[in-house]
Amino acid sequence: MTPPFSVTGLNVSYAGRPALRDVTWQAAPGLTAILGPNGAGKSTLLKAALGLIPADSGEARFLGLPLDQARARVAYLPQRASVDWDFPASALDIVAMARVPHMRWWGPVPRAEREAARAALAAVGLADFAERQIGRLSGGQQQRVFLARALAQGADLFLMDEPMAAVDAVTEQTILAVLHGLAREGKSVLMVHHDLSLITAHFDQVLILAGEVVAAGPVATAFTDAAIARAFGGLPGRT
Amino acid sequence: MIGHNTLIVLLGCAALGAASGVVGSFALLRGRALLADAIGHAALPGVVAASLLMAALGGPARSLAPLLLGAAISAWLGLLALRALTASGRIRQDAAIGVVLSAFYALGTVGLSIAQAMPEAAQAGLSHFILGQAATMTEGDALLAGGLALSCIAVIAALFQPLRALCFDEGFARSQGLPVRALDLALLGLLLAVCVAGLPAVGLLLVVALLIVPAAAARLVTRGLPSMVALAGALGAAAGASGALISTRFDHIPTGAAVVLAGLLGFAAAVAFRRR
Repeated sequence: MTPPFSVTGLNVSYAGRPALRDVTWQAAPGLTAILGPNGAGKSTLLKAALGLIPADSGEARFLGLPLDQARARVAYLPQRASVDWDFPASALDIVAMARVPHMRWWGPVPRAEREAARAALAAVGLADFAERQIGRLSGGQQQRVFLARALAQGADLFLMDEPMAAVDAVTEQTILAVLHGLAREGKSVLMVHHDLSLITAHFDQVLILAGEVVAAGPVATAFTDAAIARAFGGLPGRT
Repeated sequence: MIGHNTLIVLLGCAALGAASGVVGSFALLRGRALLADAIGHAALPGVVAASLLMAALGGPARSLAPLLLGAAISAWLGLLALRALTASGRIRQDAAIGVVLSAFYALGTVGLSIAQAMPEAAQAGLSHFILGQAATMTEGDALLAGGLALSCIAVIAALFQPLRALCFDEGFARSQGLPVRALDLALLGLLLAVCVAGLPAVGLLLVVALLIVPAAAARLVTRGLPSMVALAGALGAAAGASGALISTRFDHIPTGAAVVLAGLLGFAAAVAFRRR
Protein backbone atom coordinates (compact mmCIF):
# COMPACT_ATOMS: atom_id res chain seq x y z
CA MET A 1 0.00 0.00 0.00
CA THR A 2 1.25 3.49 -0.86
CA PRO A 3 2.20 5.44 2.25
CA PRO A 4 0.10 8.62 2.59
CA PHE A 5 3.21 10.69 3.16
CA SER A 6 6.95 10.22 3.00
CA VAL A 7 10.12 12.29 3.11
CA THR A 8 13.57 11.21 1.99
CA GLY A 9 16.83 12.83 3.04
CA LEU A 10 15.19 16.09 4.11
CA ASN A 11 17.63 18.75 5.31
CA VAL A 12 16.44 22.22 6.29
CA SER A 13 18.39 25.09 7.82
CA TYR A 14 17.58 28.62 8.94
CA ALA A 15 20.38 31.11 8.17
CA GLY A 16 22.96 28.33 8.19
CA ARG A 17 21.74 26.65 11.39
CA PRO A 18 20.38 23.17 10.75
CA ALA A 19 16.75 22.70 11.79
CA LEU A 20 16.21 19.22 10.33
CA ARG A 21 19.02 16.77 9.58
CA ASP A 22 18.57 14.01 7.06
CA VAL A 23 14.99 13.14 7.90
CA THR A 24 13.77 10.02 6.12
CA TRP A 25 10.38 8.82 7.23
CA GLN A 26 7.29 7.11 5.90
CA ALA A 27 3.87 7.62 7.49
CA ALA A 28 1.42 4.73 7.78
CA PRO A 29 -2.29 5.34 7.11
CA GLY A 30 -4.33 6.64 10.02
CA LEU A 31 -3.61 9.23 12.69
CA THR A 32 0.00 10.23 13.30
CA ALA A 33 1.21 12.61 15.98
CA ILE A 34 4.45 14.48 15.33
CA LEU A 35 6.08 15.11 18.70
CA GLY A 36 9.17 16.82 19.99
CA PRO A 37 10.40 19.74 22.09
CA ASN A 38 10.29 23.37 20.96
CA GLY A 39 12.63 23.84 18.03
CA ALA A 40 12.61 20.13 17.19
CA GLY A 41 11.59 20.92 13.61
CA LYS A 42 8.00 19.66 13.76
CA SER A 43 6.40 22.60 11.95
CA THR A 44 9.49 22.87 9.78
CA LEU A 45 8.92 19.34 8.53
CA LEU A 46 5.39 20.16 7.36
CA LYS A 47 6.34 23.52 5.86
CA ALA A 48 9.38 22.22 4.03
CA ALA A 49 7.47 19.24 2.67
CA LEU A 50 4.79 21.62 1.36
CA GLY A 51 7.40 23.91 -0.19
CA LEU A 52 6.46 26.84 2.07
CA ILE A 53 10.08 27.16 3.22
CA PRO A 54 13.10 26.11 1.17
CA ALA A 55 14.78 22.79 1.92
CA ASP A 56 18.51 22.32 1.42
CA SER A 57 17.89 18.86 0.04
CA GLY A 58 15.37 16.07 0.17
CA GLU A 59 12.10 15.02 -1.35
CA ALA A 60 8.53 14.69 -0.09
CA ARG A 61 5.74 12.57 -1.51
CA PHE A 62 2.05 12.87 -0.81
CA LEU A 63 -0.11 9.80 -1.44
CA GLY A 64 2.82 8.51 -3.45
CA LEU A 65 2.96 11.58 -5.70
CA PRO A 66 4.98 14.79 -5.91
CA LEU A 67 3.08 17.69 -4.35
CA ASP A 68 2.09 19.29 -7.66
CA GLN A 69 0.18 16.17 -8.66
CA ALA A 70 -1.43 15.66 -5.27
CA ARG A 71 -2.40 19.20 -4.22
CA ALA A 72 -6.14 18.74 -4.52
CA ARG A 73 -5.94 15.77 -2.16
CA VAL A 74 -3.77 17.45 0.49
CA ALA A 75 -5.10 19.83 3.14
CA TYR A 76 -2.90 22.07 5.28
CA LEU A 77 -3.85 23.60 8.61
CA PRO A 78 -1.33 26.30 9.61
CA GLN A 79 -0.80 27.55 13.16
CA ARG A 80 -3.56 29.88 14.27
CA ALA A 81 -1.11 32.63 15.21
CA SER A 82 0.20 32.81 11.63
CA VAL A 83 -2.62 35.10 10.44
CA ASP A 84 -4.30 38.38 11.39
CA TRP A 85 -7.68 37.49 12.91
CA ASP A 86 -8.85 41.09 12.57
CA PHE A 87 -9.05 40.48 8.81
CA PRO A 88 -12.42 41.68 7.45
CA ALA A 89 -14.09 38.32 6.88
CA SER A 90 -16.72 36.02 8.35
CA ALA A 91 -16.09 32.42 9.39
CA LEU A 92 -17.87 31.33 6.20
CA ASP A 93 -15.64 33.60 4.08
CA ILE A 94 -12.53 31.96 5.54
CA VAL A 95 -13.76 28.38 5.12
CA ALA A 96 -14.83 29.10 1.53
CA MET A 97 -11.20 30.03 0.76
CA ALA A 98 -10.56 26.26 0.73
CA ARG A 99 -12.57 26.14 -2.49
CA VAL A 100 -10.80 28.98 -4.36
CA PRO A 101 -8.79 26.62 -6.62
CA HIS A 102 -12.09 25.07 -7.72
CA MET A 103 -14.22 28.16 -8.28
CA ARG A 104 -14.31 31.13 -10.64
CA TRP A 105 -12.12 33.95 -9.40
CA TRP A 106 -14.47 36.92 -9.80
CA GLY A 107 -17.74 37.67 -8.08
CA PRO A 108 -19.17 36.14 -4.93
CA VAL A 109 -18.50 32.57 -3.81
CA PRO A 110 -20.79 30.27 -5.87
CA ARG A 111 -23.68 28.58 -4.05
CA ALA A 112 -22.27 25.04 -4.20
CA GLU A 113 -19.00 26.18 -2.63
CA ARG A 114 -20.84 28.13 0.05
CA GLU A 115 -22.81 25.01 0.92
CA ALA A 116 -19.59 22.98 1.15
CA ALA A 117 -18.17 25.61 3.48
CA ARG A 118 -21.33 25.59 5.62
CA ALA A 119 -21.19 21.81 5.92
CA ALA A 120 -17.57 22.01 7.07
CA LEU A 121 -18.48 24.62 9.68
CA ALA A 122 -21.32 22.38 10.90
CA ALA A 123 -18.86 19.48 11.22
CA VAL A 124 -16.83 21.48 13.75
CA GLY A 125 -19.87 22.71 15.65
CA LEU A 126 -19.85 26.25 14.25
CA ALA A 127 -23.00 26.14 12.11
CA ASP A 128 -24.44 29.09 14.05
CA PHE A 129 -21.28 31.19 13.68
CA ALA A 130 -20.99 31.19 9.87
CA GLU A 131 -21.67 34.92 9.51
CA ARG A 132 -19.67 36.02 12.56
CA GLN A 133 -16.65 38.23 11.93
CA ILE A 134 -13.60 36.07 12.71
CA GLY A 135 -12.13 38.60 15.12
CA ARG A 136 -15.17 38.13 17.35
CA LEU A 137 -14.69 34.36 17.70
CA SER A 138 -12.86 32.83 20.67
CA GLY A 139 -9.42 31.32 20.15
CA GLY A 140 -10.84 27.81 20.16
CA GLN A 141 -13.53 28.79 17.67
CA GLN A 142 -10.89 30.35 15.41
CA GLN A 143 -8.97 27.09 15.59
CA ARG A 144 -12.11 25.22 14.56
CA VAL A 145 -12.58 27.63 11.62
CA PHE A 146 -9.12 26.58 10.46
CA LEU A 147 -10.08 22.92 10.88
CA ALA A 148 -13.29 23.52 8.90
CA ARG A 149 -11.28 25.19 6.14
CA ALA A 150 -9.02 22.12 5.95
CA LEU A 151 -12.08 19.83 5.88
CA ALA A 152 -13.65 21.91 3.10
CA GLN A 153 -10.67 21.12 0.90
CA GLY A 154 -12.08 17.61 0.57
CA ALA A 155 -8.63 16.09 0.97
CA ASP A 156 -7.39 12.56 1.67
CA LEU A 157 -4.33 13.66 3.62
CA PHE A 158 -4.29 16.35 6.31
CA LEU A 159 -1.18 18.13 7.58
CA MET A 160 -2.07 19.98 10.79
CA ASP A 161 0.26 22.31 12.66
CA GLU A 162 -0.65 22.34 16.37
CA PRO A 163 -4.43 22.62 16.07
CA MET A 164 -4.81 21.65 19.74
CA ALA A 165 -2.44 24.26 21.15
CA ALA A 166 -4.11 26.31 23.89
CA VAL A 167 -7.71 25.45 23.04
CA ASP A 168 -10.77 24.99 25.26
CA ALA A 169 -12.18 21.57 26.17
CA VAL A 170 -15.05 21.77 23.64
CA THR A 171 -12.61 22.52 20.83
CA GLU A 172 -10.29 19.71 21.92
CA GLN A 173 -13.18 17.20 21.94
CA THR A 174 -14.41 18.49 18.57
CA ILE A 175 -10.98 18.16 16.99
CA LEU A 176 -10.52 14.63 18.35
CA ALA A 177 -13.97 13.62 17.07
CA VAL A 178 -13.16 15.03 13.63
CA LEU A 179 -9.82 13.21 13.59
CA HIS A 180 -11.48 9.87 14.36
CA GLY A 181 -14.15 10.56 11.75
CA LEU A 182 -11.45 11.17 9.13
CA ALA A 183 -9.67 7.97 10.13
CA ARG A 184 -12.92 6.00 9.77
CA GLU A 185 -13.26 7.40 6.24
CA GLY A 186 -9.82 6.01 5.44
CA LYS A 187 -8.08 9.39 5.49
CA SER A 188 -4.72 10.12 7.03
CA VAL A 189 -3.74 12.90 9.39
CA LEU A 190 -0.29 14.11 10.40
CA MET A 191 -0.63 16.39 13.38
CA VAL A 192 2.05 18.39 15.12
CA HIS A 193 1.18 18.07 18.76
CA HIS A 194 2.54 18.85 22.19
CA ASP A 195 0.29 17.12 24.73
CA LEU A 196 1.77 13.67 25.38
CA SER A 197 -1.21 12.59 27.50
CA LEU A 198 -3.54 12.21 24.50
CA ILE A 199 -1.26 10.10 22.34
CA THR A 200 -1.99 6.58 23.50
CA ALA A 201 -5.75 7.00 23.46
CA HIS A 202 -6.13 8.80 20.15
CA PHE A 203 -3.27 8.17 17.74
CA ASP A 204 -2.07 5.22 15.68
CA GLN A 205 1.55 6.28 15.14
CA VAL A 206 4.07 8.79 16.33
CA LEU A 207 7.04 10.53 14.79
CA ILE A 208 9.32 11.87 17.51
CA LEU A 209 11.69 14.58 16.33
CA ALA A 210 14.58 16.47 17.84
CA GLY A 211 16.23 17.99 14.78
CA GLU A 212 16.34 14.46 13.45
CA VAL A 213 14.19 11.35 13.75
CA VAL A 214 14.37 10.04 17.32
CA ALA A 215 11.69 7.37 16.98
CA ALA A 216 8.88 6.52 14.58
CA GLY A 217 6.26 3.83 14.28
CA PRO A 218 3.14 2.50 15.99
CA VAL A 219 2.35 4.10 19.35
CA ALA A 220 2.79 0.75 21.13
CA THR A 221 6.41 0.35 20.04
CA ALA A 222 7.74 3.84 19.27
CA PHE A 223 6.11 5.97 21.96
CA THR A 224 8.44 4.86 24.74
CA ASP A 225 9.77 6.65 27.79
CA ALA A 226 13.27 6.17 26.42
CA ALA A 227 12.44 7.86 23.11
CA ILE A 228 10.64 10.72 24.88
CA ALA A 229 13.59 11.17 27.21
CA ARG A 230 16.03 11.32 24.31
CA ALA A 231 13.91 13.81 22.38
CA PHE A 232 13.06 16.07 25.30
CA GLY A 233 16.60 16.33 26.60
CA GLY A 234 17.08 13.40 28.94
CA LEU A 235 14.17 14.13 31.24
CA PRO A 236 12.34 10.85 31.78
CA GLY A 237 8.57 10.83 32.24
CA ARG A 238 5.84 12.57 30.36
CA THR A 239 5.19 16.30 30.68
CA MET B 1 -21.28 76.38 -12.85
CA ILE B 2 -19.03 73.53 -13.77
CA GLY B 3 -17.64 73.63 -17.29
CA HIS B 4 -17.30 70.60 -19.51
CA ASN B 5 -13.53 70.32 -19.05
CA THR B 6 -13.81 70.70 -15.28
CA LEU B 7 -16.48 68.02 -15.18
CA ILE B 8 -14.26 65.58 -17.06
CA VAL B 9 -11.37 66.35 -14.70
CA LEU B 10 -13.63 65.80 -11.68
CA LEU B 11 -14.81 62.46 -13.07
CA GLY B 12 -11.22 61.48 -13.82
CA CYS B 13 -10.18 62.31 -10.26
CA ALA B 14 -13.19 60.42 -8.89
CA ALA B 15 -12.23 57.32 -10.91
CA LEU B 16 -8.68 57.69 -9.70
CA GLY B 17 -9.85 57.95 -6.09
CA ALA B 18 -12.10 54.92 -6.49
CA ALA B 19 -9.24 52.84 -7.91
CA SER B 20 -6.93 54.02 -5.13
CA GLY B 21 -9.43 52.93 -2.50
CA VAL B 22 -9.95 49.54 -4.14
CA VAL B 23 -6.30 48.74 -4.87
CA GLY B 24 -5.24 50.35 -1.59
CA SER B 25 -7.52 47.99 0.37
CA PHE B 26 -5.66 44.94 -0.91
CA ALA B 27 -2.26 46.61 -0.58
CA LEU B 28 -3.09 47.49 3.03
CA LEU B 29 -4.22 43.96 3.93
CA ARG B 30 -1.14 42.51 2.23
CA GLY B 31 1.10 44.88 4.19
CA ARG B 32 2.35 46.63 1.04
CA ALA B 33 0.67 50.03 1.35
CA LEU B 34 3.88 51.96 2.03
CA LEU B 35 5.28 50.77 -1.31
CA ALA B 36 3.02 53.43 -2.80
CA ASP B 37 5.23 56.07 -1.19
CA ALA B 38 8.36 54.55 -2.72
CA ILE B 39 6.63 54.28 -6.10
CA GLY B 40 5.49 57.90 -6.05
CA HIS B 41 8.92 59.30 -5.23
CA ALA B 42 10.75 56.89 -7.52
CA ALA B 43 8.62 58.13 -10.44
CA LEU B 44 10.09 61.65 -10.48
CA PRO B 45 13.35 60.95 -12.35
CA GLY B 46 11.33 59.16 -15.02
CA VAL B 47 8.97 62.08 -15.47
CA VAL B 48 11.88 64.50 -15.83
CA ALA B 49 13.82 62.20 -18.17
CA ALA B 50 10.77 61.63 -20.36
CA SER B 51 10.15 65.35 -20.59
CA LEU B 52 13.78 66.09 -21.52
CA LEU B 53 13.69 63.32 -24.09
CA MET B 54 10.47 64.68 -25.58
CA ALA B 55 12.01 68.16 -25.81
CA ALA B 56 15.16 66.79 -27.43
CA LEU B 57 13.09 64.90 -29.98
CA GLY B 58 10.99 68.00 -30.64
CA GLY B 59 7.81 66.30 -29.51
CA PRO B 60 4.89 68.02 -27.81
CA ALA B 61 6.07 69.29 -24.42
CA ARG B 62 2.75 68.88 -22.63
CA SER B 63 1.79 65.36 -23.54
CA LEU B 64 0.90 63.23 -20.54
CA ALA B 65 1.25 59.68 -21.85
CA PRO B 66 5.05 59.72 -22.38
CA LEU B 67 5.55 61.36 -18.99
CA LEU B 68 3.47 58.65 -17.29
CA LEU B 69 5.38 55.98 -19.18
CA GLY B 70 8.63 57.49 -17.93
CA ALA B 71 7.19 57.61 -14.43
CA ALA B 72 6.18 53.95 -14.60
CA ILE B 73 9.60 52.81 -15.84
CA SER B 74 11.45 54.80 -13.19
CA ALA B 75 9.10 53.62 -10.42
CA TRP B 76 9.60 50.04 -11.57
CA LEU B 77 13.37 50.53 -11.34
CA GLY B 78 12.79 51.84 -7.83
CA LEU B 79 10.91 48.67 -6.90
CA LEU B 80 13.70 46.52 -8.35
CA ALA B 81 16.22 48.48 -6.28
CA LEU B 82 14.05 47.90 -3.23
CA ARG B 83 13.97 44.19 -3.86
CA ALA B 84 17.73 44.06 -4.40
CA LEU B 85 18.33 45.91 -1.10
CA THR B 86 16.04 43.65 0.94
CA ALA B 87 17.02 40.37 -0.76
CA SER B 88 19.91 39.61 1.58
CA GLY B 89 17.75 40.03 4.67
CA ARG B 90 20.33 42.41 6.15
CA ILE B 91 18.36 45.57 5.29
CA ARG B 92 14.76 45.76 6.47
CA GLN B 93 11.97 46.86 4.20
CA ASP B 94 11.32 50.16 6.01
CA ALA B 95 14.96 51.18 5.79
CA ALA B 96 15.13 50.13 2.13
CA ILE B 97 12.01 52.17 1.31
CA GLY B 98 13.63 55.19 2.96
CA VAL B 99 16.82 54.78 0.94
CA VAL B 100 15.14 54.19 -2.42
CA LEU B 101 12.52 56.90 -1.95
CA SER B 102 15.01 59.61 -1.04
CA ALA B 103 17.61 58.56 -3.63
CA PHE B 104 15.14 58.66 -6.52
CA TYR B 105 13.51 61.85 -5.29
CA ALA B 106 16.88 63.58 -4.96
CA LEU B 107 17.83 62.43 -8.45
CA GLY B 108 14.52 63.70 -9.79
CA THR B 109 14.91 67.05 -8.05
CA VAL B 110 18.36 67.56 -9.61
CA GLY B 111 16.91 66.63 -13.00
CA LEU B 112 14.07 69.06 -12.46
CA SER B 113 16.45 71.94 -11.76
CA ILE B 114 18.35 71.12 -14.96
CA ALA B 115 15.12 71.00 -16.95
CA GLN B 116 13.98 74.33 -15.52
CA ALA B 117 17.23 75.98 -16.60
CA MET B 118 16.53 75.03 -20.18
CA PRO B 119 14.95 77.59 -22.51
CA GLU B 120 12.36 75.30 -24.08
CA ALA B 121 9.03 74.44 -22.61
CA ALA B 122 10.44 71.13 -21.46
CA GLN B 123 9.75 71.91 -17.83
CA ALA B 124 6.19 73.10 -18.39
CA GLY B 125 4.03 71.74 -15.63
CA LEU B 126 6.63 69.33 -14.31
CA SER B 127 6.53 70.75 -10.81
CA HIS B 128 2.82 69.90 -10.73
CA PHE B 129 3.85 66.28 -10.50
CA ILE B 130 5.13 66.94 -7.01
CA LEU B 131 2.03 68.36 -5.35
CA GLY B 132 -0.53 67.67 -8.06
CA GLN B 133 -2.61 70.17 -9.99
CA ALA B 134 -5.85 68.91 -11.46
CA ALA B 135 -6.74 72.36 -12.79
CA THR B 136 -4.01 72.15 -15.41
CA MET B 137 -5.17 68.76 -16.65
CA THR B 138 -6.67 68.60 -20.09
CA GLU B 139 -9.71 66.49 -20.94
CA GLY B 140 -7.38 63.94 -22.54
CA ASP B 141 -5.23 63.79 -19.40
CA ALA B 142 -8.26 63.15 -17.22
CA LEU B 143 -9.56 60.45 -19.56
CA LEU B 144 -6.18 58.75 -19.56
CA ALA B 145 -5.86 58.78 -15.77
CA GLY B 146 -9.51 57.78 -15.28
CA GLY B 147 -9.32 54.98 -17.83
CA LEU B 148 -6.17 53.59 -16.25
CA ALA B 149 -7.84 53.72 -12.84
CA LEU B 150 -10.97 51.91 -14.02
CA SER B 151 -8.88 49.15 -15.63
CA CYS B 152 -7.22 48.61 -12.25
CA ILE B 153 -10.63 48.11 -10.63
CA ALA B 154 -11.52 45.60 -13.36
CA VAL B 155 -8.36 43.58 -12.69
CA ILE B 156 -9.06 43.51 -8.94
CA ALA B 157 -12.61 42.32 -9.61
CA ALA B 158 -11.32 39.53 -11.86
CA LEU B 159 -8.86 38.32 -9.21
CA PHE B 160 -11.01 38.98 -6.14
CA GLN B 161 -11.20 35.47 -4.65
CA PRO B 162 -7.53 34.44 -4.88
CA LEU B 163 -6.35 37.92 -3.83
CA ARG B 164 -8.52 37.75 -0.73
CA ALA B 165 -7.22 34.27 0.11
CA LEU B 166 -3.62 35.45 -0.35
CA CYS B 167 -4.08 38.56 1.79
CA PHE B 168 -5.52 36.52 4.65
CA ASP B 169 -3.15 33.54 4.69
CA GLU B 170 -0.19 33.34 2.33
CA GLY B 171 0.97 29.93 3.59
CA PHE B 172 -2.40 28.33 3.04
CA ALA B 173 -2.73 29.93 -0.40
CA ARG B 174 0.67 28.53 -1.35
CA SER B 175 -0.25 25.10 -0.05
CA GLN B 176 -3.32 25.14 -2.29
CA GLY B 177 -1.15 25.83 -5.30
CA LEU B 178 -2.57 29.32 -5.93
CA PRO B 179 -0.15 31.37 -8.09
CA VAL B 180 1.06 33.48 -5.17
CA ARG B 181 4.00 35.09 -6.99
CA ALA B 182 1.87 36.06 -9.96
CA LEU B 183 -0.87 37.45 -7.71
CA ASP B 184 1.65 39.52 -5.75
CA LEU B 185 3.13 40.77 -9.00
CA ALA B 186 -0.35 41.69 -10.25
CA LEU B 187 -1.05 43.60 -7.04
CA LEU B 188 2.27 45.41 -7.34
CA GLY B 189 1.50 46.24 -10.97
CA LEU B 190 -1.87 47.68 -9.95
CA LEU B 191 -0.28 49.71 -7.18
CA LEU B 192 2.20 51.07 -9.69
CA ALA B 193 -0.51 51.86 -12.23
CA VAL B 194 -2.71 53.70 -9.73
CA CYS B 195 0.22 55.68 -8.34
CA VAL B 196 1.41 56.69 -11.79
CA ALA B 197 -2.09 57.57 -12.97
CA GLY B 198 -2.50 59.70 -9.85
CA LEU B 199 0.71 61.70 -10.26
CA PRO B 200 -0.58 64.61 -12.36
CA ALA B 201 -3.65 65.18 -10.20
CA VAL B 202 -2.49 64.28 -6.69
CA GLY B 203 1.27 64.56 -6.95
CA LEU B 204 3.99 62.17 -5.89
CA LEU B 205 4.25 63.39 -2.30
CA LEU B 206 0.67 62.59 -1.37
CA VAL B 207 -0.35 59.78 -3.71
CA VAL B 208 0.42 57.32 -0.89
CA ALA B 209 -2.29 58.94 1.22
CA LEU B 210 -4.92 58.37 -1.46
CA LEU B 211 -4.06 54.66 -1.39
CA ILE B 212 -3.97 54.27 2.38
CA VAL B 213 -6.48 56.72 3.87
CA PRO B 214 -9.72 55.49 2.22
CA ALA B 215 -8.75 51.84 2.76
CA ALA B 216 -7.77 52.37 6.39
CA ALA B 217 -11.00 54.29 7.04
CA ALA B 218 -13.15 51.62 5.40
CA ARG B 219 -11.43 48.89 7.39
CA LEU B 220 -12.45 50.56 10.64
CA VAL B 221 -16.18 50.46 9.92
CA THR B 222 -16.78 47.32 7.85
CA ARG B 223 -16.82 43.60 8.69
CA GLY B 224 -16.31 42.00 5.28
CA LEU B 225 -13.89 42.56 2.43
CA PRO B 226 -16.48 43.32 -0.28
CA SER B 227 -18.01 46.08 1.85
CA MET B 228 -14.55 47.36 2.84
CA VAL B 229 -13.48 47.56 -0.81
CA ALA B 230 -16.75 49.21 -1.87
CA LEU B 231 -16.59 51.80 0.90
CA ALA B 232 -12.90 52.52 0.28
CA GLY B 233 -13.66 53.03 -3.40
CA ALA B 234 -16.57 55.37 -2.61
CA LEU B 235 -14.51 57.35 -0.08
CA GLY B 236 -11.64 57.60 -2.54
CA ALA B 237 -13.96 58.78 -5.30
CA ALA B 238 -15.55 61.39 -3.04
CA ALA B 239 -12.14 62.62 -1.88
CA GLY B 240 -10.82 62.72 -5.45
CA ALA B 241 -13.78 64.65 -6.82
CA SER B 242 -14.16 67.09 -3.94
CA GLY B 243 -10.41 67.74 -3.77
CA ALA B 244 -10.28 68.40 -7.48
CA LEU B 245 -13.29 70.70 -7.23
CA ILE B 246 -11.74 72.72 -4.41
CA SER B 247 -8.46 73.13 -6.23
CA THR B 248 -10.08 74.16 -9.50
CA ARG B 249 -12.00 76.85 -7.59
CA PHE B 250 -8.99 78.04 -5.60
CA ASP B 251 -6.15 77.43 -7.99
CA HIS B 252 -3.44 78.27 -5.45
CA ILE B 253 -4.41 75.14 -3.47
CA PRO B 254 -2.59 72.07 -4.81
CA THR B 255 -5.01 69.29 -5.71
CA GLY B 256 -3.05 66.63 -3.82
CA ALA B 257 -3.41 68.48 -0.54
CA ALA B 258 -7.12 69.16 -1.09
CA VAL B 259 -7.81 65.52 -2.01
CA VAL B 260 -5.96 64.20 1.01
CA LEU B 261 -7.64 66.62 3.40
CA ALA B 262 -11.04 65.60 2.01
CA GLY B 263 -10.09 61.94 2.49
CA LEU B 264 -8.97 62.61 6.04
CA LEU B 265 -12.42 64.00 6.86
CA GLY B 266 -13.77 60.59 5.90
CA PHE B 267 -11.07 58.91 7.97
CA ALA B 268 -11.95 61.01 11.02
CA ALA B 269 -15.60 60.02 10.62
CA ALA B 270 -14.57 56.35 10.41
CA VAL B 271 -12.54 56.65 13.60
CA ALA B 272 -15.56 58.15 15.33
CA PHE B 273 -17.93 55.42 14.10
CA ARG B 274 -15.55 52.45 14.07
CA ARG B 275 -16.86 49.00 14.83
CA ARG B 276 -15.97 47.66 18.21
